[in-house]
Amino acid sequence: MRRVVITGMGAVTPIGNNVEEFKNALFAGTNGIGLITKFDITDNKHQVAGEVKNFDAAALLGKQTARKTDTFTQYAIVAAREAMEQSGVQGTVPTDRIGVCFGSGIGGIETLCEDHQNLLEKGARKVSPHFVPKMIYNIAAGNIAIEFKANGPCTAVSTACATGTTAVGEGYRAILHGYADAMICGGSEAAITPLTVAGFGNCQALSDSNDPETCCCPFSKNRSGFVMAEGAGVLVLEEYEHAVARGAQILAEVVGYGSTCDAHHVTAPDPEAQFVAKAFLDAMPEGEVDFSKVYVNAHGTSTPLNDKTETTALKRAFGDDAYKLHISSTKSMTGHMLGATGAVEAIASILALQNDTVPPTIHYTEADPELDLDYTPNTAVQTPLELALSSNLGFGGHNAVIAFRKV
Amino acid sequence: MVKEKIIEMLAEATDVEASTITLDTKFSDLGVDSLDMTEMCMDLEDEFGIEFTPSPEITTVGKLVEAVEKLTNED
Repeated sequence: MRRVVITGMGAVTPIGNNVEEFKNALFAGTNGIGLITKFDITDNKHQVAGEVKNFDAAALLGKQTARKTDTFTQYAIVAAREAMEQSGVQGTVPTDRIGVCFGSGIGGIETLCEDHQNLLEKGARKVSPHFVPKMIYNIAAGNIAIEFKANGPCTAVSTACATGTTAVGEGYRAILHGYADAMICGGSEAAITPLTVAGFGNCQALSDSNDPETCCCPFSKNRSGFVMAEGAGVLVLEEYEHAVARGAQILAEVVGYGSTCDAHHVTAPDPEAQFVAKAFLDAMPEGEVDFSKVYVNAHGTSTPLNDKTETTALKRAFGDDAYKLHISSTKSMTGHMLGATGAVEAIASILALQNDTVPPTIHYTEADPELDLDYTPNTAVQTPLELALSSNLGFGGHNAVIAFRKV
Repeated sequence: MVKEKIIEMLAEATDVEASTITLDTKFSDLGVDSLDMTEMCMDLEDEFGIEFTPSPEITTVGKLVEAVEKLTNED
């Protein structure tokens, strides 16, 4: 039986533009949410987001690449470079044995909006020839493959807000079943635009509050919706024996993946949470588990329905053991990075294992009697951890859970 | 003027210093592909008020300058 381990991680997030910065902010309980600076919000109902800060694409990638890529691809390449540098796997496997499984919830919507404006104002002749290869949502995956000469399987997945988790899970299976020896996996998103904020807002998904310090409060009674964010997370997955043979630093082992669908409603979760619970159980490794040493990085979006459903799912899956779990929503700090969030939270889960530290759910001010599990309110908790589960659930009813263990 | 403008645009679009770009510089050496060429021609159309479709024979800065100058002189 092949085993799969993580040998590299890279992140661009609202609370840090590399894994070290992200880790420090994560355990300190840093809020990355603020008023939107990307466009004029004067007349907007929803005015807050988790934006990536101090990201100079031209300086990081060169002017030429910056001009020919959408922001979501730029975040992806920067995070992939960090992960691949840490891993050191490049050149140790034949190029057709390293692949990419990388997604986005939306893709290059900044580019889409810009070129659509060109079409309306200046006509078809002025739509950029770079429009399509900048905008299509698989192109971050394609650019990562080009950057690292990865000739193995290269797929882009999209399961909305579960994308990053699905990408890591499918990459895990590609190695487990022998299709590749290393996979560059993750997700990215850069979709904070007037169009998407209005769309998610009118979909009744966004927080009612525009106060950066209270708007995103997962599991707290006063929660009213999620807060959009952006970023990218990349994990390098590698076959265990290969990683050991080349003396790679092993960060964690991937020990399970659950993937189900509610098949219930496009945006609302199934309140019974039967298939979220199944995704959690499917991700669990075989053997005995000490639930007091399990960290759950919850989807925890801060919408009234999600946080309730996820709590129901954990109780349904684990019974009374659910009360022993260390749960938190790191979206309380980053906001909801949509297609990137699963990958960044996979990294947060591994950091929790490595440091025996549960990152907090910040902005937790008001207990909800219906939500009575341990959500690690406001302050990180140091405690021995053995297993970490990262769950993400997406519009369309997608449920994905990935499990990591110390090696 | 056409030459200076084209070199300025190339330097802006690529990671190459304007001072190192000459009429003999090949677009392939600047990493400029056919998509970049099409986009640059759109900008040249705006700049000089011409209608211009790039052809595969235009492989150097000099050939592009010549083609654009020919169109601007027709007006």
